[in-house]
Amino acid sequence: MIRLSHVNKSYPNGAVALRDVSFHVSRGEFVFLTGHSGAGKSTLLKLLHAEQRPTSGEVRVSGHVVSALRGDAVARLRRRLGIIFQDFRLLEDRTAAENVAFALEVTGARQDTIAARSSRVLAQVGLASKGRAYPRELSGGEQQRVALARALVNDPAILLADEPTGNLDERATRGVFQLLRDINGGGTVVVMATHDLDLVRQTEFRTIEMRDGAVVYDSADEARAAGAQ
Amino acid sequence: MRLLFREALLSFRRAPVLSGLSITTIAFSLFTIGLFGIVAINLRRALQGLEERVEVVAFIMRGTPEETIAQASQDIAAFPEVQDVSYVTEEQALARARRELVEFRDAYRDLQVNPLPPSLELRLRSGFRDAQHVGAVAERLKGFGFIEDVRYGREWIQRLDHLRNLTGVLGLVIGLVFATVAMVIIGVTIRLTLLQRAREIHIMRLVGATNWFIRGPFLLEGALKGFLGGVLALALCYGGFVLFRQSTTTFNGVIFFQPWQAGTIIAFGMLMGLGGSLISVGRHLRRMGGKADRRAA
Repeated sequence: MIRLSHVNKSYPNGAVALRDVSFHVSRGEFVFLTGHSGAGKSTLLKLLHAEQRPTSGEVRVSGHVVSALRGDAVARLRRRLGIIFQDFRLLEDRTAAENVAFALEVTGARQDTIAARSSRVLAQVGLASKGRAYPRELSGGEQQRVALARALVNDPAILLADEPTGNLDERATRGVFQLLRDINGGGTVVVMATHDLDLVRQTEFRTIEMRDGAVVYDSADEARAAGAQ
Repeated sequence: MRLLFREALLSFRRAPVLSGLSITTIAFSLFTIGLFGIVAINLRRALQGLEERVEVVAFIMRGTPEETIAQASQDIAAFPEVQDVSYVTEEQALARARRELVEFRDAYRDLQVNPLPPSLELRLRSGFRDAQHVGAVAERLKGFGFIEDVRYGREWIQRLDHLRNLTGVLGLVIGLVFATVAMVIIGVTIRLTLLQRAREIHIMRLVGATNWFIRGPFLLEGALKGFLGGVLALALCYGGFVLFRQSTTTFNGVIFFQPWQAGTIIAFGMLMGLGGSLISVGRHLRRMGGKADRRAA
């Protein structure tokens, strides 16, 4: 589903964000991207949804060479992805249901299906009763669930999560993480950047650790090596 | 489509002051253009009236046979520039002079010999009433052997030409300056809206909205503001026109815009709104895309 081959990313000011990153994520996988702040996790996710382009190397998502996409092709790719962030990125002047519906409206979904689809995903993230609430009336955990519902409403093949629990307390973190696991259980690939190592250790999911823009550890390599012995 | 209108109208609700400001500036610019337009159309109309009176008079040598004159009249009437030709005999000329030049009535009455020569009076077709064409016709008339002299008020015609060109150029320049100012203002107000809604646009891009989808509401907003500005400008122009008409008796018969001209002003406003927002949104979207790629992580 995702394949990076010798990806480098540097900025005009000389800063290097990624160095020769290569890995492959298969259908149905759940992958943690770990590392300190500035290790390159967010840049990597940005390359996956074409907000940035690699300086060299190739990024493939769902068979598309993302680095070569332009204009509307980028928009079409993003409709197949769900993206959530640490700061939720909700529209403050719209209700939870409107925030979710917004993602459908901008993709030109049929008007008569929007309300039903929005409430279905809100129910899926446990917010069936909060559709009319504005973001400011919701807790951090609830806001992240709304963002998650918005990411899910287009039935994405891949969910990208950039520090989704970074602003949440422990309880909310557990709730959101459980939702991500459930979503992954339904077959959606989940790539989650986090520096919450407790969360990572709780599970057996694949972990890719980054440092100074390079991949320094991939649990899949370890598993393969163990299998080969 | 419904969404497009909803999003466009939303910005009016969210930023009423800014929207009001945009509409007012468009209205003001179009109002100025409109006032100039009213002056221009009235001036043009007045000039047309003057132009219709542009005449070329060819004085004929005494003793020229009637048949020669009749034949020449036919030839002259066939000139492409000429609308009609009329022959004025010596007697008719004198009678007219007595009638029109009241001050000299006595002098004309006591004359023993008629001093006025017969003449051919030419009226030219519209489009040929400028100095160049009138001059050319005069030259051709001088080619006829029996024609003594040709008069056509060269300076007067040239001045008319200048005046007409000047109003045209002045109108165009002032119109363009104001149109540019209005477009810049629309662009700036749309840009302010864009900055205000940068987060929303960012989210729209994230969830897979195409650039045209993002542009749509802003373009509609610009066009709508242009439309409202145009309507307001027309209303102001009409108000000004009515006030002017009531306050003066010197300029009788001043006219307002024809419906198609009023429509053009509104269409022009919409075009300005559309143009301003198109430039502004295009630049903003390009900058957003570029910035994301240049920003260090």
